[in-house]
Amino acid sequence: MKFLAFAELRDQKLKKSSLETVRAARGLADQLGAEFAALVIGRGVEGATQELGNYGATRVIEVDHPDLARHSNTAFAKVIAAIATAEGAQVVFLPASQMGKDLAPRVAVKLGAGLAADCVALTVQNGELIATRPVYAGKALVDVTIKTPTKVFTLRPNVFTATMIPGSAIVEKKTVPLESGDFGAVVKDVKVGSGRPDVTEADIIVSGGRGLKAPENFHLIEELADVLGAAVGASRAVVDAGWRPHDEQVGQTGKTVSPTLYVACGISGAVQHLAGMSSSRYIVAVNKDKDAPIFQVADYGIVGDVLEILPELSAQLRKALGK
Amino acid sequence: MKVAVCVNHVPDTETKIKVGPDNLTIDRTGVTYMLSPYDEIAVEEALRIRDKWKGEVVVLSLGGDVHKETLRKTLAMGADRAVLLKDDAPRDSFAVATGLAQELKGLTPDVILFGKQSIDYDDAQVGTLVAEMLGLPSVAVVVKMEIQEGTVTCEREIEGGREVVETRLPAVFLAQKGLNEPRYPSLKGIMAAKSKPIEEKPAAAAEIRVETLRLRKPPAKNPGRIVGTDKTAVTELIRLLHEEAKLI
Repeated sequence: MKFLAFAELRDQKLKKSSLETVRAARGLADQLGAEFAALVIGRGVEGATQELGNYGATRVIEVDHPDLARHSNTAFAKVIAAIATAEGAQVVFLPASQMGKDLAPRVAVKLGAGLAADCVALTVQNGELIATRPVYAGKALVDVTIKTPTKVFTLRPNVFTATMIPGSAIVEKKTVPLESGDFGAVVKDVKVGSGRPDVTEADIIVSGGRGLKAPENFHLIEELADVLGAAVGASRAVVDAGWRPHDEQVGQTGKTVSPTLYVACGISGAVQHLAGMSSSRYIVAVNKDKDAPIFQVADYGIVGDVLEILPELSAQLRKALGK
Repeated sequence: MKVAVCVNHVPDTETKIKVGPDNLTIDRTGVTYMLSPYDEIAVEEALRIRDKWKGEVVVLSLGGDVHKETLRKTLAMGADRAVLLKDDAPRDSFAVATGLAQELKGLTPDVILFGKQSIDYDDAQVGTLVAEMLGLPSVAVVVKMEIQEGTVTCEREIEGGREVVETRLPAVFLAQKGLNEPRYPSLKGIMAAKSKPIEEKPAAAAEIRVETLRLRKPPAKNPGRIVGTDKTAVTELIRLLHEEAKLI
């Protein structure tokens, strides 16, 4: 049996979610006695691939192409499927990053494979891979199995642990011929956002809701986020009110997140918000209303006005962290 | 310009999910259903494209008779006609995409819109599967979309930023929140929708590639503790985060 894991580069650097995916794939390959290789695609990829050797890849396939510096789902999917076929890989893993989610369905169709998307656990039972994935924004989970001989899995970022296994990788360079027709949609430019971490990738998220009372008070959320090196999140109420951009929204019609620490400030905890964040490892809630549903999922709660608590929390943390 | 939109009929976001007796599907008792919110954004975008470029908006949904309620809503928003691809049996994303792709092949739209994901199974794969099955370009998680003659420039959300993506038509686009503000159906629209056609036909048969073994609730979280009720609690909270949770 052979496994292949796609590792995504952004600005020539491997994304953390890709290290998690490669490491998880290696663990499963070991359990099933499968051979394992990682695949890196892009332009000028050499520097990045050695790092994969420390996350379980003893063999890394590099496809370097001048036109693959930026994302194009049709071209990348063609390369992944071509390498998977050439390798005879029965299982292909991708991170469930925005790029991975854009590629996996195309790769699955090309390989005649079933796709289990956004998995939060993968286990081996009676020699079969069983995937667990959240549905209804995490209000429930399903255990699924893929019935096709070739299988594709995407792994949710921030869930699998990228434990290092110091080692080195043998690098193999391969080429896949590409024509202009392979580039159906092409990225022309990348606009960088606030510079803070993205909610789907962050270890810590500081999130604000209606309790902030006015959009101009959100600087209190941003200050605490910056002290902690955290992402800024928001409830649906404040996004719909136009206080915050939609890419910060956490919940069923926003992002489903699994950080180590989620700090909910002035968020009462509507069902659809709780669904999106209750798989966080630790939850801190600050809310005026002691009966707010958010306290049902919070590990630590402070019943109080966020406008008073937040400045104090930022000030004390700044001191404690020496910032 | 012919614009096709594929929509799903899903439990309302306020629904508390209970596992059904088969341990495979949800308990539908008392559950209200809605047009999946991202699909609603896709419908709105379709209407705007039609209003600017002329042509028609055709809405497709694959599922049981209950999907007619959602199709009727899209007609009330302003879509011209709807097609229900009937199938009451559960399908995985691949089987849904196969049914939709089969119908779209005959429809030959210039623009095909989906929501970026359906908020029931959160699979986020049907739109891109359909694009690949039809050999069309696709742009996912679209927050901005501008059509020029034959080409389209989109902005799509990625981690910590946006990609500016260019493609040609026909193509598939997956709508993300922020693309537009969907309209409410007007009374006139609701009345007009009653006489608009919903064509019904059996969905093309398709194999299921991903089998659900079990639907279950996530492990319950133990309720935590209230550290305090004013700002003097902050010191204790930081101590707990440091000593107990060892996070900072």
